[in-house]
Formats: sequence, structure tokens, C-alpha cells
Amino acid sequence: MCLAVPAQLIKVNEFIGTIELTGVTRDVNLMLVPEAKVGDYVLVHAGCAVQIVDEEEANATMEAFKELEELEENYFAGKNAGR
Amino acid sequence: MKKITLQEKTQVANELLEEIKALHTPGEQVRFMEVCGTHTVAIFREGIRQLLPDGIELVSGPGCPVCVTDQVYMDKALAYAAMDDVIVATFGDMLKVPGTHSNLWEAKSAGAHIHIIYSPLEIIELGKANPDKKIVFLAIGFETTIAVIAAAVKAVAMSGLKNVFFLVSHKLVPPALRALANQKEGHLDGFILPGHVSVIIGEEPYSFIPTECHMPSCIAGFDGLEILAAVRDLLAQRKSGQYYVGNQYKSVVAKKGNPVAVKLMDELYEVIDDTWRGIGVIPKSGLRLKGEYAAFDAERMIPLGPIESGGVPKSCQCGRVLQGLIRPDECGLFGKLCTADHPVGACMVSVEGSCAAWYKYGRASGGMTWEE
Repeated sequence: MCLAVPAQLIKVNEFIGTIELTGVTRDVNLMLVPEAKVGDYVLVHAGCAVQIVDEEEANATMEAFKELEELEENYFAGKNAGR
Repeated sequence: MKKITLQEKTQVANELLEEIKALHTPGEQVRFMEVCGTHTVAIFREGIRQLLPDGIELVSGPGCPVCVTDQVYMDKALAYAAMDDVIVATFGDMLKVPGTHSNLWEAKSAGAHIHIIYSPLEIIELGKANPDKKIVFLAIGFETTIAVIAAAVKAVAMSGLKNVFFLVSHKLVPPALRALANQKEGHLDGFILPGHVSVIIGEEPYSFIPTECHMPSCIAGFDGLEILAAVRDLLAQRKSGQYYVGNQYKSVVAKKGNPVAVKLMDELYEVIDDTWRGIGVIPKSGLRLKGEYAAFDAERMIPLGPIESGGVPKSCQCGRVLQGLIRPDECGLFGKLCTADHPVGACMVSVEGSCAAWYKYGRASGGMTWEE
């Protein structure tokens, strides 16, 4: 329920920002991060940016999402092979 | 955390596991609670339990807002849904939470106006599009979601809309931690603190854990490495006897959290005692709208009259699961009468509920042990 994902702001119009996440754009509310600007990475929860994120961290987290599946597959494949 | 390859990640994981082994005395039983439901799922997905040395037990806590929502609240939501001039707006995971006689899913199937939304901010459009209806939003959630809903309440107030209301049952994490630390049964040795709740509230609200409860605690992210780093942090605190609020999610969790969000929550809400499903009343663990914002409180603006609410089924052990007193598979109903398709208790309803996670992942890994 408290799941939140980082995404980059590509447009800011007062309290409404537009983010891009894996090629999809979506509007998010910026009321809780009034200092956010275009280019910033923000942590998005339920349609609202809740924090500005360090860019390096955002990349690592997005990478982690992608890698999770791969890691899971490798881990389970290894475990199963050993059984 | 820098961008790393899978190979590097594996290496870091192995290093962390070595340190964890070094900090843990073989044979010693240690129980750490992961409070957050998203952590529960991440721990399963990344196979953390199978990686940890024997004796280190990760216990799932009450960190699923849907799971701790009281049955009386669901009965109120159903009473609103039964009104012709009301549209109930809700997060989708609330639909199958059992009320006394029914749930929202069944009510929706029977024709009640129930609108599922992704973001609380959608209620503004919903309110504008339905001027002849009252919109009642089911405002549940911990601090992460409370902040977003507070933004929605503020946006409704600024919009001038008079037909949007909030049925508030927010739950605060720190008071629940205090109750868990002080419970007589089910001794806990430390808390893995919720990452995204901490994004909002920061480190300070947890400071009573080391100082008053004399327990290790550590904020964690949702990556396997971040969870392992938190476990290592807890063990290091335990070994040294120097307790503090660790933070292994510093890149997102600032010491003071998000001050804008905290200020907004303080402006809108007052703290009240609140009932947690299966657990009971936890002092100062809930919120209600105050001052001028009381005009958006559904219960005060659209009175319901007496609600007949029965208790949860006696055989349902959700309360003990939420407190970490038993594992989901130790409940007599688990996997038999209570399944993901036919949940008896709320912990089986939400994807982040302890029982649902154990049902989905725990059984697939052969209960809790994995042959090396």
C-alpha cells in the first residue's frame, strides 16, 4: 500500500507535474514538494510526489525494479538445479 | 546507492550475509519484526528468509493499512454505499475487506455506487462530474498515504467543492510500534522500520524505540540489499548494546522527513485513540479532521445512525498474526477455509497482507525452510 516509485519530472505547471516512467507519461500532484523542478526525480505515491530523490538513487531503484525479475529467476533457477 | 550490475549486487549480498553471520551467535534466537507490508512482500520475493542464518526470524507486523481497518469502519462504508445520493470512492484493495454482513465488492455487484480510484486527488474530478451526489472517500492508510490524502483534502477545500467528504480511518505507525514493543507476549528484538512512512515522518518519531523501549531499529528500503543492510544494522546494535534509529534508506529518507507534508498533516488533523482490526484500541494511533476541515468529515456531515456491527469470526487469527504472535500458517483457517479467493480475514485480502504473502510465496517455498 505504501509502494512508491521514483520518476523524472519532465514538466511542471504550478502544483501539477508530468513524470515519465518507462516511456509512459502521467500527471502527478506536487503540493508536497513545492520546490521540485523539471529534471528532478521524485518519489511518487498514489498520484502524488512525496519527496525529491537523489538522481543516483532513482536510477539504482529503477534498475532494481528491472533486475528484480532477473535476480529472482537466477536465484530460483540455481536453487532448483541443486535440488 | 550507486548503479550496480547483477554480479556486483550478488557480491554485496554475500558480503552482507558474511557480516550478518559474524554478528549472530549460532543457535541464538533473534526475532526482528518487519513492520511494513511492502517489506513482507519484498522479503519473500528476494528470498531473504532463506538466506539468513538459522535463528534469525523475521516476523511480519501490522503494516498493511487494509488489514488493520476495523470491521465497524467497513460497515460504515457499506452504509454509505447503500445511500442513493452517495458515491463511495475507494482504493481497489478495500473492496474485499469483510464487513459484518457483506463487503464492498458484493455491494458494487448489487448496484451500489462504488468508484475505484488510483489517486485520492481524482475525487475532485469525481465531485465536479457528480454535483447532485455526495462523494465519500474511504481515507485509510499510514503516514505515506495520509500525506497524499491530506493534499487531497486541501485541494478539495481550495476548489470550493461542497460535495466531497472523507471517511477517515488513518493509522499512525509509531504508536503501534510502542504497543508492540510493550506487549507481554511474543518478545521482539528489533524493528525493521517502514521506508516510505519514514519518507514522510523522518527519523525523530521513532526515537522512543532506543531510549524508552531499549530496542534496535532501522529504516530500510525495499531492495534486497537494503533489507539485508538493515538486518545487519539491527544485529550490530544488538551486539554492541548501543541502540539508535538506523537509516539504511538515507537517499530518500531525510532525518526530518518531508516537513511540508508533516506541517500539512498537523494543520488538518488531530490525534485520537483508534481501533486496529484484531488488535483493539491503540492510544493516540489515529487521526480525525479538525477545525475548518471538519466540514469534510463524512461522519460529522452525513450522519449514519447506529451501525450494527458483529465481531470478526472467532476462529480468525488475524489479530495475533498482525502482532507477530503467530505465523499465518499457524492459524487453523489458513489455506483451508481462508484462501486468497475466499478470504476470511483482512490479512488474506490485501496483496500486502501477511497471510496473502505467505499464501502466495510461503507455500511455494515449502513452508519456511529451504534445503541448501
